[in-house]
Amino acid sequence: MTSFSAAGGHGAIPTDGVPADEGNVPTRPQSPLWEVFVRSRRGLSHTHAGSLRAPDAHMALRHARDLYTRRQEGVSIWVVPASVIVASSPDEKDSFFDPAGDKPYRHPTFYDVPEGLTHL
Amino acid sequence: MSPGGTDTAVDLDASAYALRLGDDALVLGQRLCEWAARSPELEEDVALLNIALDLLGAARLLLSRAGELEGAGRDEDDLAFLRNEPEFRCGLLFEAANGDFGQTLARQLLVSAYQVPLWHALGSSTDEVIAGVAGKAVKEAVYHLDHARSWVVRLGDGTDESHRRVQAGLEEVWPYTSELFERDALLDRLVARGVAADPDLLLPVWEATVGEVLAEATLEVPQTTWRPTGGRSGRHLTGFGYLLAEMQHLHRSHPGATW
Amino acid sequence: MLTRTIVRYPGVRVGGAGGLAVQTAELATGHEQEFQERVDADGRIEPRDWMPEGYRKTLVRQIAQHAHSEIIGMQPEGNWITRAPSLRRKCILVAKVQDEAGHGLYLYSAAETLGADREELLDLLHRGRQKYSTIFNYPTTSWADVASIGWLVDGAAIMNQVPLTRCSYGPYARAMTRVCKEESFHQRQGFEAMTVLANGTPAQRAMAQDALDRWWWPALMMFGPSDSESPNSAQSMAWGIKRFSNDDLRQRFVDATVPQAHHLGLTVPDPDLRFDEDSGHWISGEIDWTEFYAVMKGDGPCNRERVRNRVAAHEDGAWVRAAAAAYADKQVARQVAA
Repeated sequence: MTSFSAAGGHGAIPTDGVPADEGNVPTRPQSPLWEVFVRSRRGLSHTHAGSLRAPDAHMALRHARDLYTRRQEGVSIWVVPASVIVASSPDEKDSFFDPAGDKPYRHPTFYDVPEGLTHL
Repeated sequence: MSPGGTDTAVDLDASAYALRLGDDALVLGQRLCEWAARSPELEEDVALLNIALDLLGAARLLLSRAGELEGAGRDEDDLAFLRNEPEFRCGLLFEAANGDFGQTLARQLLVSAYQVPLWHALGSSTDEVIAGVAGKAVKEAVYHLDHARSWVVRLGDGTDESHRRVQAGLEEVWPYTSELFERDALLDRLVARGVAADPDLLLPVWEATVGEVLAEATLEVPQTTWRPTGGRSGRHLTGFGYLLAEMQHLHRSHPGATW
Repeated sequence: MLTRTIVRYPGVRVGGAGGLAVQTAELATGHEQEFQERVDADGRIEPRDWMPEGYRKTLVRQIAQHAHSEIIGMQPEGNWITRAPSLRRKCILVAKVQDEAGHGLYLYSAAETLGADREELLDLLHRGRQKYSTIFNYPTTSWADVASIGWLVDGAAIMNQVPLTRCSYGPYARAMTRVCKEESFHQRQGFEAMTVLANGTPAQRAMAQDALDRWWWPALMMFGPSDSESPNSAQSMAWGIKRFSNDDLRQRFVDATVPQAHHLGLTVPDPDLRFDEDSGHWISGEIDWTEFYAVMKGDGPCNRERVRNRVAAHEDGAWVRAAAAAYADKQVARQVAA
């Protein structure tokens, strides 16, 4: 009996002997990868919506519009080549981010506010 | 879904014009649908179906309007599915076969370069429904033109093979463009009434846009003296009968049914 | 307070060959504990986080095949776009198929955050080494099949997919949130289309019943065999990739869908189907897996044509993709020269 998984959307997918990826670099040049950021309404920031492949910035912007704003989910789109993004490393997390965690006085909830007073 | 109320006066001329516009959109929408799951990449499946959806949406409104103005009780589906070939009024450029991706995008360039000034002009049509459709359709056509332009440039100025293919596609569909700017008695009357757009005013805009894109794409403007025509009077290309057969068969197999 | 990193997984597999092995083994135990604690606490694993290679591979395979299913799924429904019986139905179907292409794209992107490559994944699909949902190897022989796919197949998919919005791997969970929002429209339009058929002419009613007769059991089989027969289920649950058992999900689907079929006035093709008062559940008859396994193995009506069409689209379009790449290169060269 072939084993298969219900996993994924429409289920019933065979899993016997199915490889994940094999690290085979494609011989054909591939479209570069772009990360997409969408501002859904004025007043909000751009948030990361996902990624896509496109040969250049012009097409990337258009694909992003087709892919991520079909249901009027956006007023502004940024596309950024994934290769230029500089990100913090998970290994650096402790030194990079933890110090911010023990300085609760940066957060407004740290302070007691007498009851009944507003604008504080 | 019956046409609008009794306050819509019968206007056979305006009905015939709305029918031309509606048929153009319907038939080209149908052609683009043939690319579903067949495009060179998934992003293009999304993009071409997007254009198809815009066109089909406009077709529904325009055919409904045509039915209303005709006053014979025909709705958008009656018109789409129950007319025979000689009753369709689409231009030949819209019904022409897709060919390969290059031919499809070349045709789209020629269509959208025409539709942008067309819808722009029809935004002030004295027919309020046509004007309303135009207001929305012009924005869509601008996007379609942008998409077609992006691809015609990339194919024309891409590889030798893509250049050859898109030039061939362009040559194939180019002859059908002359029909877009023909004047007939119907148009003369409707232009005078402010219902229709004047093709004489559309032509220079179209020529300028197309000329600019083809130059950027390093493509040659086709030279041909052949000026096929007939779509506006129901004389269509060989492939049109097959398109209708496919489109209409299921609907016609169940007379009177609702879907 | 989460670090949201969006750079790709670095491609250096932990536990790699040579001198790296000892160092990485020690690092691995510490990381492994952190990883499992995060998963157990219902947290999210993001790209560039340490993860066991088994976790990464399981996800790549699952997400890739999920993506393949979406794009192959465009075919059985796409076949009816040009033949849709009304303009409204045509528009709805175009929007649905377009969504499916979009879902494929979201999912390939999610797989790529794990270090996979879309071109390679597509190549594995085209060569038959990676698969897709068996349900799409059935033909759509009537318009009612299109409606049934929306109602039953997408209905079942939603049951499967909603838990994935809380999957441990961030990009997959986020892609699934987007997919689920769009999928609910798919199911509703399918049920609406079935309702119209079931209340239509005798020919339409017969068309609807015939479609239900052919799609009911394959839809139930989408949920997979009982978990006792699924060796990978336990590991997937421990990794937060799988949330509910196959039988659980299947039961939910049956309980939701049988009343819908009754509302339509159609007969569920299961003579043993009965309502159990005590548990409040609809109990199905025994599932016969034989024919389904044959379809899964490759002998279904449409297996060959689905892949063939997919390969043809890809190969026929190679010159287009090459042109886009060539143009992009030329533009870069022109900017440099300028």
